[in-house]
Amino acid sequence: MAKLESSFKNMLLVLTCITLFAGGILAGVYTLTKEPIEKSKLAKQQNAIKEVLPPFDSLDDEGKVVVIEKDGKKGEYTVYTAYDANGSAIGAAVESFSNGGFSGEIKVMVGFDINNKIVDYSVLEQKETPGLGTKMVDWFKTDKGNQNIKGKNPSASSFKVNKDGGEIDAITAATISSRAFLEAVKDAYAAYTNNADATTDSNSGATTVENTEGSEETTVDAEDAKNDATTAATATTTDGNSGATQN
Amino acid sequence: MSNNSNLKVLTNGLIKENPIFVLLLGMCPTLGTTSSALNGLSMGLATTFVLICSNIVISLLKNIIPDKVRIPAFVVVIATFVTVVEMVMQAYIPALFDSLGLFIPLIVVNCIVLGRAEAFAAKNNVFRSMLDGLGMGLGFSFALTLLGSVRELLGTGKVFSMTVFSENYGMLIFVLAPGAFIALGYLIAIINKLRKT
Repeated sequence: MAKLESSFKNMLLVLTCITLFAGGILAGVYTLTKEPIEKSKLAKQQNAIKEVLPPFDSLDDEGKVVVIEKDGKKGEYTVYTAYDANGSAIGAAVESFSNGGFSGEIKVMVGFDINNKIVDYSVLEQKETPGLGTKMVDWFKTDKGNQNIKGKNPSASSFKVNKDGGEIDAITAATISSRAFLEAVKDAYAAYTNNADATTDSNSGATTVENTEGSEETTVDAEDAKNDATTAATATTTDGNSGATQN
Repeated sequence: MSNNSNLKVLTNGLIKENPIFVLLLGMCPTLGTTSSALNGLSMGLATTFVLICSNIVISLLKNIIPDKVRIPAFVVVIATFVTVVEMVMQAYIPALFDSLGLFIPLIVVNCIVLGRAEAFAAKNNVFRSMLDGLGMGLGFSFALTLLGSVRELLGTGKVFSMTVFSENYGMLIFVLAPGAFIALGYLIAIINKLRKT
């Protein structure tokens, strides 16, 4: 069979047929894989939640979206509250992120208990330098020096990398990644405490908190009452992530 | 066509015309994805699948595609298969999809795939095109796995995540981009030396 001549009609016909056919195949594969893709994404998220929380009985699957304003930009954080058999909250997992990393967005799931202490965390997504920044996946839960953040309260003024005057050991040669990671954890904490108050005050799904640099204002009144036990030590917060603590 | 020459088509891509070590094609995914042996291998296999499928389809269509629009036609065919691979991988092996990330869609512009379509599949019959795709793909996988192993071993002291020596003695640079160039350069030198003797 001879090759088709490159006439306008032929070219148009052939290309149209090929693209139509390709489109059909892709549509088919998309329909077939849509469900498994969603399932695997959900499974990953559920596993992350289980990993970062103490054993719980039931979970707020949908999660609550908390909007926090930071440096003029609004960020959405999803809070998944966990309940024990009696139906009382025992903590929450918060999906948080930071754009301050070395490359790309860092997404973490952080679990807090009812005393606002970090239970555990799980890095969902990161594109940091392999062998350096990527160590964050388990660096901050390893008991070595001062690098473990488990059991700490992110509102403490010392919740910073040691280079910035804090008490947490940054990843060797990856201070930027460490800083971004801690920032994501702090934001998660802000979303968590904010959500806890929002649910007691009203039933609105999303609340907005001012979270600008240097601001000491807290926009949620009930915060002190709930958190004074753990946040009282924080006289002035360093970057306003957790709000003020004056009574 | 004798069996002998079919075999030649198959082995061509493995050693004599290895896309990485000899033809020096497809350097971008080579340098980008070989930070570990497993990543290299999976990238190689994904590319192999695309190569075989696109070679078969293009060889089937070679007579009905007018010359002037052959490149867009080839690219559409290749992109279709790449997207299929991407979606299937995301659905069934999400962990691998996460670690290869951006490089899967980039198989579309991998010059090995388009190069073989243009240089081989557009001129040969279906069976030989398939063999060529398989040979080239395996050669590519072999090269990526080898480079990935070398980088993983020198960088972290592991091969396929199995510890050979302590990570503390690893040279971090081999996991990073500059290490990819260094390791690839030495591997090409060694392979060339072996081929000449």
